[in-house]
Amino acid sequence: MHTVAFPNKILPYLLLAPQIVLTIVFFFWPASQALYQSMVRQDPFGLKSSFVGLANFRNVLTDPSYIHALQVTVVFSLLTALVSMGVALLLATAADKVVRGQGFYRTLLIWPYAVAPAVAGMLWLFMFNPAMGTLAYLLRRNGVSWDPLLNGDQAMALVVVAAAWKQISYNFLFFVAGLQAIPKSLIEAASIDGARGNRRFWTIVFPLLAPTTFFLLVVNTVYAFFDTFGIIHSVTGGGPAKATETLVYKVYNDGFVNLNLGSSAAQSVILMIIVIALTAFQFRFVEKRVHYG
Amino acid sequence: MFKRSLAASTAIFVISLGLPAIANAATDLQWWHAMTGANNEVVNQLAKEFNESQSEYTITPVFKGTYPETLNAGIAAFRSQQAPAIIQVFDAGSGVMMGAEGAIVPAAEVLQKGGYTFDKSQYLAGIAAYYSKPDGTMLSFPYNSSSPIMYYNKDMFAKAGLDAENPPKTWPEVFEAAKKIKTSGAGACGLTSTWLTWIQTENFAAWNNVAYGTNENGLGGNDVKLQFNSPLFVQHFQAIADLAKDENFRYGGRTSEAKQLFMSGECAILTESSGGLGDIVKSGVNYGIGQLPYYEGQGPQNTIPGGASLWVFGGKSDAEYKGVAEFFNFLSQTKIQVRLHEVSGYMPVTNAAYEETKKSGFYDKNPGRETPILQMMGKAPTENSKGVRLVNLPQVRDIMNEEFEAMLAGQQDAKTALDKAVERGNAAIAEAVGN
Repeated sequence: MHTVAFPNKILPYLLLAPQIVLTIVFFFWPASQALYQSMVRQDPFGLKSSFVGLANFRNVLTDPSYIHALQVTVVFSLLTALVSMGVALLLATAADKVVRGQGFYRTLLIWPYAVAPAVAGMLWLFMFNPAMGTLAYLLRRNGVSWDPLLNGDQAMALVVVAAAWKQISYNFLFFVAGLQAIPKSLIEAASIDGARGNRRFWTIVFPLLAPTTFFLLVVNTVYAFFDTFGIIHSVTGGGPAKATETLVYKVYNDGFVNLNLGSSAAQSVILMIIVIALTAFQFRFVEKRVHYG
Repeated sequence: MFKRSLAASTAIFVISLGLPAIANAATDLQWWHAMTGANNEVVNQLAKEFNESQSEYTITPVFKGTYPETLNAGIAAFRSQQAPAIIQVFDAGSGVMMGAEGAIVPAAEVLQKGGYTFDKSQYLAGIAAYYSKPDGTMLSFPYNSSSPIMYYNKDMFAKAGLDAENPPKTWPEVFEAAKKIKTSGAGACGLTSTWLTWIQTENFAAWNNVAYGTNENGLGGNDVKLQFNSPLFVQHFQAIADLAKDENFRYGGRTSEAKQLFMSGECAILTESSGGLGDIVKSGVNYGIGQLPYYEGQGPQNTIPGGASLWVFGGKSDAEYKGVAEFFNFLSQTKIQVRLHEVSGYMPVTNAAYEETKKSGFYDKNPGRETPILQMMGKAPTENSKGVRLVNLPQVRDIMNEEFEAMLAGQQDAKTALDKAVERGNAAIAEAVGN
């Protein structure tokens, strides 16, 4: 590897300083506060606090509703990743075949990415809220007992669709780029050998897209884990009966609604460990094992 | 540190407005609130009138989001020593504030600091009791108080062959009426309710004189064991769950969403806060108002106030407390209270304002507007009906909502739902009290 040597000893640190300051202010300082809070039991107003060691962690990990939130998170993340990636791949292959107006279609498909999570949530809520949603009204009139306010599976479906819809654009962009990188000669060779569209896709295109797919799988899982708070907050508020309460939502709910700061901080520390583990996993294994054609 | 930053912000505020230096002398008092729409205008109007009425103090209203968001913002501000002088806290948050001795100054004490004597008898009994300590000290200043009542759709009643002028009075009658709405084809949904927790448990307990929890439902002390799984509650919620099976009872959500189901003409009967009247009038539904239903042989006792009250944070200067006292005194003037009541649909806070409204003939012109007051004042409160106060009532409400949702979805019966809510609620209370 080629190393760059700076003639001045201080300059490199000066150049790094803004980034280091940002990291300290926005990461290390809040993280240390969270670590401290997680071992303290405190009333909401911070008038009395006592050190309780790892009791908050013990309470959280033995709480059945925490285990439930973990299950909900896993189901929600997998479904969101699958739906958004599946639809994005379908659209990307379709857009790849469009001859005229490719740019136009692509622009349209990228739009939803610019929508803020809470707004995306409200959009779907306006369509499917049983009290005021237009599509909910049509569903009910046609005999579908649509009631995501009470039916946990329907509520889950609604947040998954809203979360996935927002992420389709992002995945679409990467899949389009991935498809363009596949040499046309390979596909033409397969065509000459008599492979039809489906077969060409599964034996040539899909395997060659593997690096993109793996990258997106990680990105989407992380997205579903951590960036969907706004959607869940505006669509279901974690309900009904905790059916859509993910780990991140539970941190908010226990900390800012139930004012149990110790438990909330302990949960966020656990989340921090999960993020570190996911990142390490990505670098150690996924990056190495995926075949970058 | 705090005073300096307050002075600095006042200075910036004054400079930015280009006001003459004399305005600098006024003590700035922040009032954080959660009022939207028409009620927000009332808040701004009151602040404006107060500021114009004298020159020593300036009230600055700041909108902080929903009720829970406002409460959280206040708590966060207190933790970082940036608390406003006055904060509006909703009914369920009262216990949270009361649990924070040292963070707040009782409203009665603030009034005394301003040279006013606090006379409890001037205030509507139910409201004063709800916002007082067990020893009778009023802790917060009641600003907007409401009570749950029943609204019904007169057109749907007529279509179903029900008496549109005499709404059902007891719960069994209401359930029968709801069934008739459906069987007659007048509508798909007979009954719905906003705030299942506030209306169907907290007010249900008071109105039917059954215990919600030990220790006078928490008004006697923090250590409370919940009791809302007794037979009357089970009977009531099982009836609702049975109606929900064929969607004769429709669930709208945890707060006031169900109002929409009534206003759109889907549901014929709605139990909802009296403060919701404005929206229902606007929707154009041909509505009638009735008392909150009860069970024969149990009620009607009295309902308990909802809405919100104004709390004063501790750690302020005497000048600031004097200003707050002036403002509270301003708010309790009869003409202000009368206007608040007539414009917003919230209840008047003082007896004088109530008498004044009565005399003016307002209730003759607007039948039904007196119902929430009559309900609340009906009888002297018993130990079951003074209110519900828990240090973590918002959390207990959430627990109940979760169990109710599972019940209404048909996953469990009423007995199981209430038993689980009591068990989980007790654990949460023990945890919160142990803090």
